[in-house]
Amino acid sequence: MKQKLMKGLAINKLLDHKRTAALIAIMLPLALLFIYVVVRSGPLAPTLVTQIQVSKVSISPALFGIGTVEARYQYKVGPTIPGRVQTLKVDIGDQVTKGQLLGVMDSVDLEQRMEAQQSALMQAKAKLQEAQTRYQFSDEQFKRYQKLLESNSISEEQFLVKQQDYHIAEAGLAAARQELLRQEAEQKAMQAQQHNLDLISPIDGIVVKRNAEQGTTVVAGQSVIEIINPEDIWINVRFDQIHSTGLNPGLTALVNLRSKSKLDLSGKIYRVEPIADAVTEEFLAKVTIDELPQPLPSIGELAEVTIELDSLPSTTVIPNAALKRIDGELGVWKIIDGDIEYVPVSIGATDLDGLVEIKKGLSLGESVVLHSEKALTANSRIKVVESLVGKDK
Amino acid sequence: MISLAGRDIMHSWGKFVFTGFGLGLLIGVTLIMAGVYRGMVDDAKVLLDNSSADLWVVQKNTLGPYAESSSIYDDEWRGIQSMPGVAQTANVTYLTMQVRHGDRDVRSMISGIAAGQPGLPGWPPYLIEGRQITRGHYEAVADQATGFKIGDSLQIRRNKYTVVGLTRRMVSSNGDPMVFIPLKDAQEAQFLKDNDAILEQRRRNQQSPEFSQPGNPGLLEALNRSQNNNPYVNSVLVQIKKGYSAKEVAKSIEKWKRLTVYTREDMEEILIGKLIATSSKQIGMFLVILAVVSAAIVAFIIYTLTLGKIREIAVLKLIGTRNRTIAGMILQQAIALGVIGFVVGKISATFGAPTFPKYVLLEPMDSVAGFFAVVIICVLSSVIAIRAALKVDPAEAVGG
Repeated sequence: MKQKLMKGLAINKLLDHKRTAALIAIMLPLALLFIYVVVRSGPLAPTLVTQIQVSKVSISPALFGIGTVEARYQYKVGPTIPGRVQTLKVDIGDQVTKGQLLGVMDSVDLEQRMEAQQSALMQAKAKLQEAQTRYQFSDEQFKRYQKLLESNSISEEQFLVKQQDYHIAEAGLAAARQELLRQEAEQKAMQAQQHNLDLISPIDGIVVKRNAEQGTTVVAGQSVIEIINPEDIWINVRFDQIHSTGLNPGLTALVNLRSKSKLDLSGKIYRVEPIADAVTEEFLAKVTIDELPQPLPSIGELAEVTIELDSLPSTTVIPNAALKRIDGELGVWKIIDGDIEYVPVSIGATDLDGLVEIKKGLSLGESVVLHSEKALTANSRIKVVESLVGKDK
Repeated sequence: MISLAGRDIMHSWGKFVFTGFGLGLLIGVTLIMAGVYRGMVDDAKVLLDNSSADLWVVQKNTLGPYAESSSIYDDEWRGIQSMPGVAQTANVTYLTMQVRHGDRDVRSMISGIAAGQPGLPGWPPYLIEGRQITRGHYEAVADQATGFKIGDSLQIRRNKYTVVGLTRRMVSSNGDPMVFIPLKDAQEAQFLKDNDAILEQRRRNQQSPEFSQPGNPGLLEALNRSQNNNPYVNSVLVQIKKGYSAKEVAKSIEKWKRLTVYTREDMEEILIGKLIATSSKQIGMFLVILAVVSAAIVAFIIYTLTLGKIREIAVLKLIGTRNRTIAGMILQQAIALGVIGFVVGKISATFGAPTFPKYVLLEPMDSVAGFFAVVIICVLSSVIAIRAALKVDPAEAVGG
């Protein structure tokens, strides 16, 4: 009996031990996990950062702007007087040569007026003939009466009448001659006007716009046909003023058209406009392309332009992600023996890959904080890791 | 001395531990709910922190740029820059929209940042990968929560942007992740309609006899051009010089520029007091209900645990155990249960929080307060159980 009881107690004890072990097996990891959670999250946790060493690299600053494809000269052909478009002989895309007739404006009553002018001219000619005849007759009369007067066959008065007739006929002839000249000039003026109704191409080029159709009435100076010279295509680029240090004519440019983003075209800055855009705070520059792609880019197409400036001699650089501004001072977090200290820096040139030249504040080989998982303060504890991506807390 | 509570727990430890786990999950949910509330408030605060501004200059009499729409001319900053006490100014635009990347789109807040150097107001103050924007167009820095990676190409309106940098915890007050793009692109994105709408607008202009005058052919073109630009930004962010008071500078800008200016405190008041007021109250109320329900459930659990042991307690009384000892046993068990529950709750909340779509901020002080609340609830609820235990008739031990 006693033995049995002892055995039972032993089993009980064994069970007790097993239970304790199981309880510890559950509780211990729980406690450890809890400690881990408390330490690794909240204010006790260090801020994860990545670091980078200040290095010496030669950087080539570059400028980046966007612009549109434009024709250097756009010839707008239109009438000099208001009128109606009679015929148009060319359409958009047509090649035209210098002096080619593009279209004709409706003359309205010009033809009739020219006919009238023709008649007036004929009339003037007839009038001249009449005046000439009259002059010849009075000339002969005058000469005959002169002889008669010499032989005293007529009175002085009769002679004077003939003399007056002669002078009148002479003046009449001069007037008729001038009238003929006037009418001739009038006709020429009308012919010129008729010529003015022709729309003539001023250059060899292609038609890019046809602003009015046949029958449209246009005002004086309104353009009917627009022509460009396809060889004179350039890009009107806008550069933000803040990122435009070193923008000069003659620099090589890489042009990337929106429709051909894989294709880099080489070009050159032809001109930096002397007048900048004051409202958008941009500089304007014209970039010519060395070899225009075929088919030609459309006027108005968007283009990205990258200007590579001369590369600087190798200098101390850091990536721009390391730059911070605290209390109005540009600087970086320098890592010194696992602690951080804010060091103000002054910077120089930058490039499009985000490298920034350090002029003052850092020296070669020093480590700075590059990325951090949150904003740092002077009291932050840091832990340097390889990469912050994929670490979510 | 043998711990009566310990012995009892050891006796049925499985039941005890599992009850603790269940309780822990409930506490975890309550902690997460508190975290959701804190997260909402924090979203509003990080938006202000990340803009690194001391003052927000917005359209007169609006609560912009976050709570209301505000638009001011984009050259207004020049005048503000010259005010005494102003160290830095920067234009900024905000626009919440769907950003397309491949087949999916992500709701994000597009922020247009003024060209310049890192550290300007509005620029992301820190990155977790990549670099800051260097080109004046078509580059983007995106928040990690958008799921974008360096080199991804995003579609915002009609343009493609390359992701060059990633940030973390840059969100709008709604918790939408932010995408930073150059200001000029953002102005365009904010204003630019789709091509159909632009064509419609042109057609309308053309058909209107007022704008399409035959004697004045340039008018229509000029009108179309003027309708297609956007010289506005939502706000000018201002950093003030050392030694100046934000309120004073704000007052002088308001007075002389006839704009509305908010300081950091005003902005917090607007965002937390107005913008997220109802939704945070909603969450707050839910938190209170959850806390009350949790307390009730803890009380029930301890009460039923005690009732389950009523025979044993009767036996204890029968053999002459003092009431204090019995009460102590129940109290200790209740507190132990609460502690296990809290530990499990804290662990589950910490590991569960990042899986939530919105930010869950587990404040350490909330956890401490939660711990004391759990202990107090356990103590209070054990009082009812102790009362029930002490009322037990020792005769039940033999009767039943």
